[in-house]
Order: sequence, then C-alpha cells, then structure tokens
Amino acid sequence: MGGYSIGIITLLLINCIAALGVSLFTGFTGIFTLGHAGYMAIGAYTAAILTVEHGVGFVPAIIAGGILAMVCAYLIGLPTLKLVGDYYTIASLGLGEAIRLIIENWQSLTRGARGYPGIDNYTTLPVALTFFVVMAVGMFFLVNSRFGRAFKACRDDYVAASLLGFNTARYRVFSLAISGFYCGVAGALLAGFMSFIQPIMFDMAKSTELVSVVVFGGLGSMSGCLIGTTILTLITEMFRPISQYRMLIYGLVLVIIMVVRPEGIMGTHELTFSYIKSLFCRKKKVAEQGGAQ
Amino acid sequence: MSTVLELKDVTKSFGGVTAVKDMSFKIEQGELAGLIGPNGAGKTTIFNLVTGVYDVTKGQIELNGKNINKLKTYQVVALGVARTFQNLRLFTASTVLENVMTAAQRYHSYSFLEAITHLGRWHGSEKATRKESMELLERVGLASRANQAAGTLPYGLQRRVEIARALSLRPQLLLLDEPAAGMNPEEVEELNGLITGIHNDFKLTILLIEHHMDMVMAICPHIVCMSFGAKIAEGEPDYIQNHPEVLKAYLGDEEDE
Repeated sequence: MGGYSIGIITLLLINCIAALGVSLFTGFTGIFTLGHAGYMAIGAYTAAILTVEHGVGFVPAIIAGGILAMVCAYLIGLPTLKLVGDYYTIASLGLGEAIRLIIENWQSLTRGARGYPGIDNYTTLPVALTFFVVMAVGMFFLVNSRFGRAFKACRDDYVAASLLGFNTARYRVFSLAISGFYCGVAGALLAGFMSFIQPIMFDMAKSTELVSVVVFGGLGSMSGCLIGTTILTLITEMFRPISQYRMLIYGLVLVIIMVVRPEGIMGTHELTFSYIKSLFCRKKKVAEQGGAQ
Repeated sequence: MSTVLELKDVTKSFGGVTAVKDMSFKIEQGELAGLIGPNGAGKTTIFNLVTGVYDVTKGQIELNGKNINKLKTYQVVALGVARTFQNLRLFTASTVLENVMTAAQRYHSYSFLEAITHLGRWHGSEKATRKESMELLERVGLASRANQAAGTLPYGLQRRVEIARALSLRPQLLLLDEPAAGMNPEEVEELNGLITGIHNDFKLTILLIEHHMDMVMAICPHIVCMSFGAKIAEGEPDYIQNHPEVLKAYLGDEEDE
C-alpha cells in the first residue's frame, strides 16, 4: 500500500470514530447536533498541547483529549438537555462556534488562528485502527444493551420513556457525554495525523459533515454511519483532482440519498448476517411474485 | 386493607380552564376500581396528575400515605405506579419484545462497563430480562408476535403490549387508560378476562378509565364517576347506574328537551 492510501484509510478510521459518537447522540438518542466539531477541537488541542509542551505520551494524551471533551459535553448538556425539543440543536450551533473562537483567541495556550504546528505524527495506521476497533466494539455493545434500549426509548417517545421509569434528561446528558468522548478522541487522533491543527478545521462545515454522514448512513444504525462515512470520505477523496468542485458531488450524493432513500442507507437496521439474508430473501420473493404475474 | 391511592381535593387548572376541581377519592389495596365520565370530564388528567406528567395546582395526592405531588414521573414509577395510554404510546419501530424488555430491564441491571464489554452481569441480566418479558407476553397472549414490529400489530393487540409493558415494571398500582377503546364486544369480553386475570395473579390494585359502561359495570365493584372535572357519584355499580346525576351526565337533562 502506498503512503497515500494509508493516509486515506487512517483519516477514514478517524472520521468513523467521530461518526460513531454523533450516531449515538443523533441517531439513537434523537437529538440533532450542529456543533460536534467543537468537541473534536477540544480533543485535538488537548492532545497537541499535552504531547508537545508537557511531553505526555500520545496514548494518555489522546484519552485525556477524549475525557476533557466528555466533561465539556457533560457540562453543556446539563442545562440544555433538560428541555425537550430542538433547544440543544440551536444551542449547539452557538457552542461549536464558541469553542472554536475561544481556541482562536486564547493565543497564549493555543497559538490562535495561525494554528498549532509541530505535533508528533503519532497517529499511524495501527494506532488509528486499534482505537477504532476498540471504540467501535464498545459502541456496538453499548447500543445492544439496556442503555441502548433506554436511549432509543427517549428518542421514540420521551413521555412513555419517563413512564417506564427512565430519567430521560439524565440519559440525554449521558449520551452526549459519551458522544463527546468519541469526538474528542477522534480530534486527538486527527491532531497526530495532520501534525498541524488550526481552529478553522473545526468549523461549522465540519460539524455539518459529521451529522450528514450519520443521516446518510441511517439514523439509528451504527453500521450505517460507518458505511456513510466510508462512502462520503472516499467520494471527497476520489474527486480531489477537481478541488473545490468535489463539494458539488458531495452535495449531489446527499440529495440523491434524500430523494431515493430518505431513511438513510441502512435505515435503523444493522449490517448483520440475518439482515443481509432478509434482503436477499425479499428480493427473491419479489422476483417470484413478478414471475407469477 | 390499606389505602394505596388517595386524592384529597385535587384541583388542576390550565390557565383559566379548570380541568379537575376538588376531586377526592380513595383506592384501597387490591381493588379493581373504575373511573368513568363523559368525554372531557378530566379522567386522563387525573392519571397525568397521579403519574407526575402534570403538576397539581391545589390539593394532595398520596400514594401509600406519602405525598407524591412534587415527584417527577420516573420517581412515581419507582414507587410502584405503572400506566397505559389512551392513544397508545408504544415504540412502534421496535419489536414487541424490545418494547417489553425496555421496561423489564429495570429489575435486571448492570453497569456501563459491563454494557460496553458484554462481560460480567450483561449476559445473565439480558437473559433474565428477555425471559421475564416473554413470560409476560405469553400471559397477554402475544408470545408468537414477539419479534414483530409493535406498530404493525392491530390496535387491540397493541393495547395488550402496553399492558405487558406496564406489568413488567412490577407495579403495585396499575392505571389503565381506556383499555377497551375501539374494540368490538368480543374483544372487550376477552380483555375483561385478561384484566381480572392479571388483577388476581399479580395481586394488583387497578384503576381503570373506561367508556364502555358494560365493561366497567361488569368488572369493577368500585366506581367513581366524574363530569366537568368534579366527582358526581361514587359507589357500587348498581348505585352508579341509578344515580340521577350520572344519568344526567350521560344521557342529558330531560328538562332540556
């Protein structure tokens, strides 16, 4: 494999980790977010500062980045997620930008808008792959547990959920904190991959991208968000030669999925053996019915 | 016998509209009581007040002698109250089994760490949750539909899922909001059997809102009748059936005609 494709795969794995986090919050808990790039920025700058200025090893630095992002998400979630509805979405718009602007203006710590150079290239393919596998398995296990059912209950009908004894506000904050952790780790890995980070990398466009891959893959499907991330990352890479025009193709793909399959590629299904089998059987059934007519 | 639920002069106003006015009644341990009244009488509001969906404007609601006015919905559930809804509130995209498991998991817990690793108590707890849920589905006659999406079931069966889901919370007091709405006479008959059955088997106290007068008269020895937010009669079926205020509320005032 050439250096270029290794780079693409590493980037893809990093994007997947962030998408898993957003998928938990938006897909499984049902709250739209337009500010998750902010948590990535927190993770990225924490890891960068810890490794460069304090000589911390990259593994603890990455985890510290995740934890700090998680703490921020928790603190932000406490007041905003008590309310039901789109309040968090609106708040997240501002929050994502606020985090970016704080980083941009905290010159003494983050070196401001010029960016933070000289980060070790610690995110090699094996490092990214290890983080991805561990975190993906954890996430798949999580949604397939009592917590997953609780999140889905809060998403589908919060009144019914609270009458089944769930403290829905607490579960929403909990979901946001975990999703913040995933995005923080993704950001920290991104810092080690790029070796240079800049506040502008974590702007609105990045937040929108995170949500759009989740919607693209299917709200309520973890494998869907991985497929969505893969397709959209590869499309943007494939059309790199036409530079900025590739965003048109990105947009086109999103429009096509919205028209053809509004529930996203996977809907709420997971890519399991039985799902593939049921797809196959359905096609066969349709074919048989077609033959009978 | 001890009192499970007691309402003392409970009033609920929404702005200028008083939905429930000075409502008082008692439900004793082990009772199967009915709450009846014409449309808009405030019956469901009473359920929403008891379960903490709405805040009480005035008065006291006591559960086992303890005031629950200020408790949040999930705290009321923790004290042993479960309910079903008039307009079904199932998780329609999930399977029937998942619906019940979502409630049943309350008694088979495990930590977050066990959840993300699927180690420790995860396996045993999930198995117990599943087993208990299946038993309840069998009890309401839906075991064969366990893996169907809840939203695809006919209306009558969806109500049964709601009952199974409420039962899996292991309540002391079960509030059923119009369980027979939209059912034909045979289905109502079956449902009667189910409700009296679970009432005996699970040693429940049940409060039931219903429009089907025949059903309430048949299975509830204790009936509270309300109209325009206030209690107009309380007693045994015979008493209620012949009470002039009840007849007036249901059939209209003769003098008006």
